[in-house]
Amino acid sequence: MASYYEEGVSLPKTPKPGEEPEPWPRKTRVVGTRMRRVDARERVSGEAVYYDDISLRGMLYGAILRCPHANAMVKNVDTSAAERMPGVHAVIHGGSPEAKQYTPIGTWADPTAKRELFPSHCRYHGEPVAAVAAETPYQAWDAVRAIKVDYDVLPFVVDEVEALKPGAPRVREKGNKRVTDKYERGDLDKGFREADVVLEENYRVECQFHDCPEPAGGVANWDGDSLTLWIGTQGVFHPSQAEISAGLGLPLSKCRIISKYSGGGFGGRTHVYLADFIAPLLAKKTGRPVKIATTREESYPDGGNAPPHNMKVKVGVKRDGTLTAYHYATINTGGAISSGGIFWYDRPYRDLYLCPNVLTEGTDVYVNGPPSWPMRAPCHPQAAWAMEQMMDTLAEAIGMDPVEMRLKNMPTYAQDIEGNPPYTTTGLRECIADGAKAFGWKEARRKAERTRKGEIRRGVGMSSGSFEMAFIWPPTTPILKLSRDGSVKLSIGEADMGTGTKTALSMVIAEELGIKPEFIHVEHADTGTTQVCQVSAGSRTIPTSTPAVREAAIKIKQQLLDMAAKDLKVDPSDLVVEGGQIVSTGGKKVKITDVSGLKDRMVIVGVAHAGANPPGKRVKPFCAHFCEVEVNMKTMEVKVLRYLAAHESGRVICKVGYEAQLAGGVTQGIGLGLSEARVFDRQTGKLLTTNMHDYKVPTIKDVPTGMEYLLIDKNDTFSSTGAKGVGEPPKVPPAAAVANAVYHATGIRFTKSPINPLQLGA
Amino acid sequence: MKKDRKEQKGKVQKGITRRGFLTTVGVGAVGVAASSTLLGQKAKAEEVREAKELTKLTLVVNGRRRRVLAEPRWTLLYVLREKLRLTGAKEGCGRGECGYCTVLIDDVPRYACMTLAVEAEGAKITTVEGLMKGEELGPVQDAFAEEDGFQCGFCTPGQIMAAEGLLRANPNPTSEEILEGMSGNICRCGSYPQIFKAVKRAAALK
Repeated sequence: MASYYEEGVSLPKTPKPGEEPEPWPRKTRVVGTRMRRVDARERVSGEAVYYDDISLRGMLYGAILRCPHANAMVKNVDTSAAERMPGVHAVIHGGSPEAKQYTPIGTWADPTAKRELFPSHCRYHGEPVAAVAAETPYQAWDAVRAIKVDYDVLPFVVDEVEALKPGAPRVREKGNKRVTDKYERGDLDKGFREADVVLEENYRVECQFHDCPEPAGGVANWDGDSLTLWIGTQGVFHPSQAEISAGLGLPLSKCRIISKYSGGGFGGRTHVYLADFIAPLLAKKTGRPVKIATTREESYPDGGNAPPHNMKVKVGVKRDGTLTAYHYATINTGGAISSGGIFWYDRPYRDLYLCPNVLTEGTDVYVNGPPSWPMRAPCHPQAAWAMEQMMDTLAEAIGMDPVEMRLKNMPTYAQDIEGNPPYTTTGLRECIADGAKAFGWKEARRKAERTRKGEIRRGVGMSSGSFEMAFIWPPTTPILKLSRDGSVKLSIGEADMGTGTKTALSMVIAEELGIKPEFIHVEHADTGTTQVCQVSAGSRTIPTSTPAVREAAIKIKQQLLDMAAKDLKVDPSDLVVEGGQIVSTGGKKVKITDVSGLKDRMVIVGVAHAGANPPGKRVKPFCAHFCEVEVNMKTMEVKVLRYLAAHESGRVICKVGYEAQLAGGVTQGIGLGLSEARVFDRQTGKLLTTNMHDYKVPTIKDVPTGMEYLLIDKNDTFSSTGAKGVGEPPKVPPAAAVANAVYHATGIRFTKSPINPLQLGA
Repeated sequence: MKKDRKEQKGKVQKGITRRGFLTTVGVGAVGVAASSTLLGQKAKAEEVREAKELTKLTLVVNGRRRRVLAEPRWTLLYVLREKLRLTGAKEGCGRGECGYCTVLIDDVPRYACMTLAVEAEGAKITTVEGLMKGEELGPVQDAFAEEDGFQCGFCTPGQIMAAEGLLRANPNPTSEEILEGMSGNICRCGSYPQIFKAVKRAAALK
């Protein structure tokens, strides 16, 4: 039998118990290499089981009736005809006893907000009103269509600026303005007085949907009073188990959530969907397993969105390019319930470029729209859209190159944290300067400027970015088990929504233990078999889980050394683990599988907990993006020809996962800038963009397939793996970078997203 | 390559081609097209089947004859997934937008959500499961695994079937032809650069 271990390789030194491990060397054996994903086969063969692929004996299919109005009271729900239809087993609505089994839960941004299930007052188009369980989905939909609802249709408001005007219909009894959040440092007036140039501009970014590939839903099965629910989520513990158990009044121990595969996430799965409560309620009522797979149309109201931003920016700059003051104010909406309309709304203004005088104001407004959930770098790309376009406008006003002006304002410490802690590493300068060099910035700008007179013009633009998190966010508690045959099993709660978690963690284990990755199994994302952890969001999964898993592997090595020391009758400090065996300085050796301690117990277990970020320091990821576009001046069609993303995110663990995150963030950012926009019907308040044609996400023809990635490695050792997260940073700059390139090509400053041919007529 | 309805002379149409579907939607006549052109050629006038009446069907899927009882209104995708337990093809939109349900019908990529099961009778249906060679990945699957042409994996079976269909019709596609051939399949995770490389690699492997 082939060995499970790489032969003749020396492994990282095993620290004594209680000692911190040394950082890995710059060049590692497995970590950072381009290894095929450990779950590639499942994902390309069709074997991967998503919730909708599950079929249980006797399973029924659910369907949900949703409110067709923007604002309406549900007067009466008549289910009599629906209940008599073939195959129908249950119909529930706000008046049913089953609906009372649900307790409204809060949202991430506001625990006091209430997410109702079948409310008597529907405040947005698409809010659930009733649900059916039947033997086929076709029968369930037949029955949904047979439910008669009397609505009292009320006046509505779907525009957040309109909603603030006197006399606007009230979305909530206490008024439409939820809250204004403020942040201030320095002296704004003094800052503007010191400036040589002060510019002011209004910008708007449209609401973006997560539009996850896999629509909302789940399969619910009761075993007595224990619930098992298969769904797609970014966190089986948080949010899913926490919210489902709170909503349904279940002990955590009787609420099992499984999500081995999730068709997307992007922040939209940091809350459970309302459908996830309805499936268990229908299953309870019918005594049968129930699957609800919602439609694409339903995923727009019940799938999350990133709030629209109405931004006013005023910036002061000196002739030498130094920023003196920022004033940033935005009006956003999180929809009809308090759900994060201004979550992290101002982070780039607080802390990307050096600026001593800052005032930010974020106002969150209620409208008759679906709730917004955090979306990949919440509010960062929208804030950057205004800020980074303004940086280019300022650079032009003082006659400076946009890259040069940004480089004049490089911070090395966090400006928005008390005591201004230094960053563990600051790669922003390198991202901008090395990125510009790798892209051929100056030459590309010059060449593009030669196309000024033609119908097809070229432009080159850039934008930088950072992100609020991407550091350690506990908890997580990995358990690593070394079996008697030498194979290793990891149990960890984190999600892998295609983000490469399982692959990255396998690589960490392989690096530390010398085992070949194919002999590692990662058991993840199941509350029944893994340990509680935070949600896979905030770019936390890799920075949080990799040091913890490394520590668990080290604990296994420490036990092996102790056991082998007894077998070989030497001191443990004389031993090292090397290529599947334990070797003494004197040349004695024993194979891992022959260590008598392992043979006796048949298993060695290493348990670790997520650590903490270094005190007195700020861990932050940085990036700068560069692109070249082609604009057809007659049609205003924009084509992104070339793209380079430079990132400083600490050590890269899984190369393919890292590049996939960059490609994905850039693609979604290009979508935000060029094609994606939520549209309400002004006459009725109905959501109009409820399919993938009207709501246009990028296709393969809308992004450059030859995207380039520049890795800036500053050797960050803030944790034992030195990995910061990279899920969200690449979503921050693209829309602004494209807008700057379009300006360079056309001389037209598109302050409103998306930049599409429709704007020509505006 | 996918072909428009017009280009497939003399052949009974099975399902709606992705581009053909867009054309029909454009003239607002998809309902008419579905009932008269597609279903009409299969069933004679005296054999009118009621929408909810279970009907015996024989489908040839991945080289095997499969007999099922299906309502005429059931889509091929529903029958593949819920009755034949071939869950590789995914339902992302149910209306011919996302491409996650792409299968080959007589070697041409089709949206299985826009094809009624009864329409597919007698045709050669290939799903992502049918590309496996026993336990081994087929060349297109292997190329996607090697080039990391996926993230969450939900659109991946459809992407792979679109690539498979493209390469069956055109074994040496140009870059433009790859982009055109893959443009009916949305990847929200945004792995398009990797998907593009995967199709190039697959063309070299096949």
